[in-house]
Amino acid sequence: MSVAVTIESIEKRFDAFAALRGVSLDIQPAELVALLGPSGSGKTTLLRLIAGLEQADQGRVLFGETDMRDLSLRDRRIGFVFQHYALFRTMTVGENVAFGLKSRPRAQRPEPAEIRKRVGDLLELVQLPGLDKRYPSQLSGGQRQRVALARALAIEPRVLLLDEPFGALDAKVRKDLRAWLRDLHRRTGHTTVFVTHDQEEALELADRVAILNDGRIEQVGSADDVYDHPATPFVCEFLGEVNKLPVKVVGSQAFFGDRPVLGGLSQNQGGQAALYVRPQHLRIVDDLPLALPGVVEHLRRNGPLRRAEVAVQGLAKRLDVDLASQVAPAIGERIRLRITHGSLFAAA
Amino acid sequence: MAAATSVWRQPSILPGFGIALGITLSALSLIVLVPLVALALKAASAGPADIWAVTTSPRTLAALRLSFLGALFAACINAVFGMILAWVLVRYDFPGRRFIDAAVDLPFALPTAVAGIALAAIYAPNGWVGSLLAPYGIKIAYTPLGVMVALIFVGLPFVVRTVQPVLQEMQADVEEAAALLGAGRWRTIFTVILPPIYPALLTGFVLAFARAVGEYGSVIFIAGNVPMVSEIAPLLIVIRLEQFDYAGAAVVAMLMLLISFGLILFVNLIQARARRRFGDV
Repeated sequence: MSVAVTIESIEKRFDAFAALRGVSLDIQPAELVALLGPSGSGKTTLLRLIAGLEQADQGRVLFGETDMRDLSLRDRRIGFVFQHYALFRTMTVGENVAFGLKSRPRAQRPEPAEIRKRVGDLLELVQLPGLDKRYPSQLSGGQRQRVALARALAIEPRVLLLDEPFGALDAKVRKDLRAWLRDLHRRTGHTTVFVTHDQEEALELADRVAILNDGRIEQVGSADDVYDHPATPFVCEFLGEVNKLPVKVVGSQAFFGDRPVLGGLSQNQGGQAALYVRPQHLRIVDDLPLALPGVVEHLRRNGPLRRAEVAVQGLAKRLDVDLASQVAPAIGERIRLRITHGSLFAAA
Repeated sequence: MAAATSVWRQPSILPGFGIALGITLSALSLIVLVPLVALALKAASAGPADIWAVTTSPRTLAALRLSFLGALFAACINAVFGMILAWVLVRYDFPGRRFIDAAVDLPFALPTAVAGIALAAIYAPNGWVGSLLAPYGIKIAYTPLGVMVALIFVGLPFVVRTVQPVLQEMQADVEEAAALLGAGRWRTIFTVILPPIYPALLTGFVLAFARAVGEYGSVIFIAGNVPMVSEIAPLLIVIRLEQFDYAGAAVVAMLMLLISFGLILFVNLIQARARRRFGDV
């Protein structure tokens, strides 16, 4: 049932604004892919293009082997979930879910009893059994979005597309629905593409994440790939907090000032570079080689973690350091930091 | 606390209910109810026999029939075309959209006599449109058809302006959802686009209808005012007044009032039902 989606060098302009500038992406059958990016990066435009709600200026979208433009909207069989639900408010939940089945040509339309059964099964699947007589206005946001998903699944879609599906919901409901959607995908196995600007959501849910910026895909990869080995400074910064250090690479070592801070580099890129280090990759150490001296200026609580802001001579911005142990340094204390992992980018 | 929770004094942290209700009732009485009661009294002064005679006279019945059926027909036409016009104005951006949007309001702003003269000039047998239709034996000016044309003209803005904001609020994504679920265009229009705007469409219909029933200025220029054929009820009232038959005029007026009130009440009840079901619209 699920189908591979191939996006081939898509370009799309809105008047003077280039929304997509040459985007290519291969999506495997039954894969769950997240399109992640800031607003205006083109992620929603790309999703609407896959659905056929927008037309590309250049390039094409293939479903399996078929060019999508050769199929009518109905034959594409796309399940689309909109950010603001887009439920039909004058229809009951049951009628909303049945809409796609009832819209089929008479010859392919299931019997009314069969439709009723399918609607019941789908509402069961989205954990809203027995709500089929309610109107959308009588449901909460999370329930509405699940109805929208059931409505999209009713047409047995070949591809499921979700546009910021949890964007309008509050934090707690988002977390619950995230886990639930992951589980649902595991059971139903639809090829799924979803758009989000929430990197946590993308990393947690998706098999692969495509990070978009300014109409281009910056990197595609698994959550581990993109988080630990970002291809560009943008990806590194967008996926989480990061400290930036200007360094100079000589041989296999990176130098901050005249002090070596990171060794064992395999890249043969000498000269000026920017070293990106996440707060959890800085560790307080006793005197050891490759250590960066600094003064603790501030201590903060950040959820389960404690975080120190450390001033380093020669660096305008204080470094954020996640504290691994319960023993926190005092404010004003002189410490040494060791970089356990970092990403090196050539200076722009 | 019985007094505080009575029907007349509802507890609220927002002050001003008493005085607002007082002003509302006084204004409504002075401006609407008192004149209507005076009208009813005037009509009653004619005596039962005369009232019956005026009510059943063929000329009165013909005028009332033309006024109400004409208004109904015009309101139906306006509902269809006003709805399409509103949809085009909301969904599409095309050169001249703002101009058309502004032009919709002209029938509001124009003195109706001006509209009447303009319509009569165009639809008369020697006018632009009238001369095109005359060879086929279709006469518009000075016939009931002319009355309808004038009533359609004055009623159009009501439908457009009531439907437009509701369509605007309705996101395009609902239409897109229907298309992706495999619905054809007609199915989308009748099951997805129209149902949410029925209440607004009904309001526009009633306003256009009410305006058409009361319309006088534009109609008398184009209607020709032939008794029993193209004479509308408001004109009949004026004719009675000119003959110093005040009671007769009041009886015709009263009949119009009762029919209009009944129809509008009926439509409001339908709307209240729709509102209870789908939330506010």
